[in-house]
Amino acid sequence: MPARPVARPPMPARAALPEIAALLKIESLTKTYKTGDKALKGVSVEVPSGQVVGLIGPSGAGKSTLIRCINRLVEPTEGTVRLGELDVTRLSRRDLRRARRRIGMIFQEYALVERLTVMENVLSGRLGYVPFWRSFMRKFPPDSVEKAFALLDRVGLGEHADKRADALSGGQRQRVGIARALEQDPELLLVDEPTASLDPKTSRQIMRLILEICRERDLPAIINIHDVVLAQDFTQRILGLRAGELVFDGPPDQLDEKALTEIYGEEDWTAMRRRASEDEDEEPMHHSERELVERLEGLS
Amino acid sequence: MPIATHNGTPVWRQRTSRQSLAIWAGWLALVALFVFCWQVMTKDTIWAFVQDAPRQAADIGSRMVPPRWSYIEKLLVPLWDTLNIATLGTLLGIVFAIPVAFLAARNTTPSVWLVRPIALFIIVASRSINSLIWALLLVSIIGPGLLAGVIAIGLRSIGFVAKLMYEAIEEIDGKQVEAVQATGASASQVIDYAIVPQILPTFFGVAVFRWDINIRESTILGLVGAGGIGLQLQASLNVLAWPQVTMIFIVILATVVVSEWVSAKVRHAII
Amino acid sequence: MNATGRTWRRPPILIKDRRWRIGIYAGLLAYLVAAAASIEIDWLRVYQGLERGWRFIEGFLRPDFTSRWNDISHGLIESLTMTVTSTVVGVIISVPIGIGAARNLAPLPVYAVCRSIIALSRALQEIIIAILFVAMFGFGPFAGFLTLSFATIGFLAKLLAEDIEDIDSSQVEAVRATGASWWQLVNYAVQPQVMPRLIGLSLYRFDINFRESAVIGIVGAGGIGATLNTAIDRYEFDSAGAILLIIIVIVMVAEYGSSTVRKWVQ
Repeated sequence: MPARPVARPPMPARAALPEIAALLKIESLTKTYKTGDKALKGVSVEVPSGQVVGLIGPSGAGKSTLIRCINRLVEPTEGTVRLGELDVTRLSRRDLRRARRRIGMIFQEYALVERLTVMENVLSGRLGYVPFWRSFMRKFPPDSVEKAFALLDRVGLGEHADKRADALSGGQRQRVGIARALEQDPELLLVDEPTASLDPKTSRQIMRLILEICRERDLPAIINIHDVVLAQDFTQRILGLRAGELVFDGPPDQLDEKALTEIYGEEDWTAMRRRASEDEDEEPMHHSERELVERLEGLS
Repeated sequence: MPIATHNGTPVWRQRTSRQSLAIWAGWLALVALFVFCWQVMTKDTIWAFVQDAPRQAADIGSRMVPPRWSYIEKLLVPLWDTLNIATLGTLLGIVFAIPVAFLAARNTTPSVWLVRPIALFIIVASRSINSLIWALLLVSIIGPGLLAGVIAIGLRSIGFVAKLMYEAIEEIDGKQVEAVQATGASASQVIDYAIVPQILPTFFGVAVFRWDINIRESTILGLVGAGGIGLQLQASLNVLAWPQVTMIFIVILATVVVSEWVSAKVRHAII
Repeated sequence: MNATGRTWRRPPILIKDRRWRIGIYAGLLAYLVAAAASIEIDWLRVYQGLERGWRFIEGFLRPDFTSRWNDISHGLIESLTMTVTSTVVGVIISVPIGIGAARNLAPLPVYAVCRSIIALSRALQEIIIAILFVAMFGFGPFAGFLTLSFATIGFLAKLLAEDIEDIDSSQVEAVRATGASWWQLVNYAVQPQVMPRLIGLSLYRFDINFRESAVIGIVGAGGIGATLNTAIDRYEFDSAGAILLIIIVIVMVAEYGSSTVRKWVQ
């Protein structure tokens, strides 16, 4: 067991609800890449049902790796990932596919199949449920198709079902990505930098949409996001990752300068806060958010 | 920056002395190689024939015109055969090239150490050997006729199509593949939903391009007995019927130009 | 909005209009059937051929390099020397023609002449040129050398001309603005931009020329093709297998070598 070198801030009552069994339970997860890079050094965390967690940290801290270890797009080196009673790290390929159906994922830069239609992209969320011939003939069960239409309506793209994905704008594409993840009927949502390459206004819209959907469905989510202000505004709990280790775990309002310095290193955080609190409207937000992004990028 | 000193004053040079020496040595070696090869190659050349060539050329030229226009009636059926050899051969090649391409691509091959080298060998073997040589072999094995031509074109096309395809597969966007995998899709579903859509334009482009090349190549397969208009060419050459040869050349040239035009149009429409 | 019972079908990928789609697919199908029907297969002959085919595969797996080694080495030397000389000569001739065929460097009359030379060389295949050159210059590698040189011109000059037309025109303008002459322009603005590509294409053409040198021997233009032709005519599949393996190995080596050199040049 690797000792955690940094003392955690006290756990707030909201983040850890001991009476509810954790849906996702990660224990001392370690990932060492073939190159020898240690991306994760014994991360342990629990996420109860219905909780939306923001995962922040500088570039290269292992945020992406952590998220990908949960559905084993990246094979963890050590440690366990439990989804309910299921130990995801021990599954055979076949069972892993079944487990992946239960975990929806939303990607950085959308990761839609550009040359397929919007509808095909959404329906690809059902691939784990249908046999190959059905997916090959594009003959999905009627209820899947109906669900896909409903989801497209929900994310506001009902009219675009037969357009090719690469004909949509960035915000629209990410909405398709959300619909694809929900088409899986997931029990857990993994969200990897959903707002990278989106403008600030669209970013907030997308974050709000994700949050609303999580509330509607009581769906827990882990949102890997580099924008601290967005994370604070939209999540119930924040995890801070630095060099593969968890250095912060608490509610957004506990994320003070000390904690930010812990995660990102020395910087004038009051300036960021001042700007963020000055601009409550969405439009004037652009400026400060862009600056913040640039500053945080600069730190990494 | 390399600087030489000349009479006490620094002089700018593009390269250092050692670099320019190496480059000169390289060029010298190339010239020496060329002279050596030239001498080996022309050892048995009868220069009298070479000197005589302009006269021969004029002689053949005068026999070749005018072309025997009426001969075109006898060329229509061979032309149809040529077209069929090219089309069916292309289809045959594609059918085999697709699995080979997936086995050869680093990101889809089941085994990098065992299957991939075999697939790559199939590709290089098929590409190294011209369709005319394949035809020569096949005529000797299964006898003269269209079938030998179709198979020869097919065998040659496998390597070409598979090479361009596997390169396209290796260049696909991995994030789209990851996203489809994350939904719990099986390997065949990942190919269908994430890989095929990305390589489809390349595939059609390559197929049409290869069809165009195959039209060109199938016009001469008849020289070794594998059917098509080349059979007529061989027959006419054997009896030195030069006006017929000219006519055949004209027909071949026209076919090649038309097929090139068609393939350019189709590729443009698809992509 | 009606939210129940919606169905979805994938929209057609290529041809949107239904009638056109059915018409075109039906036409293609009819053509394929007619084409397949035009092939007369003599099944008895094919059946007899299976045994020979098996012998060929055996010959390929257990190639015989020794019994015809004199012929093989002779043909191989002819092929290799033909490849080297024709590539060098072809490249030397291609450069001026390529420059002449670039619209941004050459005046219209020069452009037209150079483009027609390229078109002629590309339209005629190696084999047909070889037939003509053998008729004029007699049998042997000299005719093959001329054939490959001529074919190299069409290939290289065309690609070189396209490269020159694609170069960054701001660099050309910058050099022109210094008051450079046409020759200086080519030397300073064009050459640095296209030189790596030219070397790469020359090496690529070297590959092709070697492969073609194995073919034109069939019509008497020297090289390993003649040896191969003889071996197949005599049904000596083990010698033929040996020759094919040598060709494959040389092509592999040449491809690997040229890709290494190209990486080094760029």
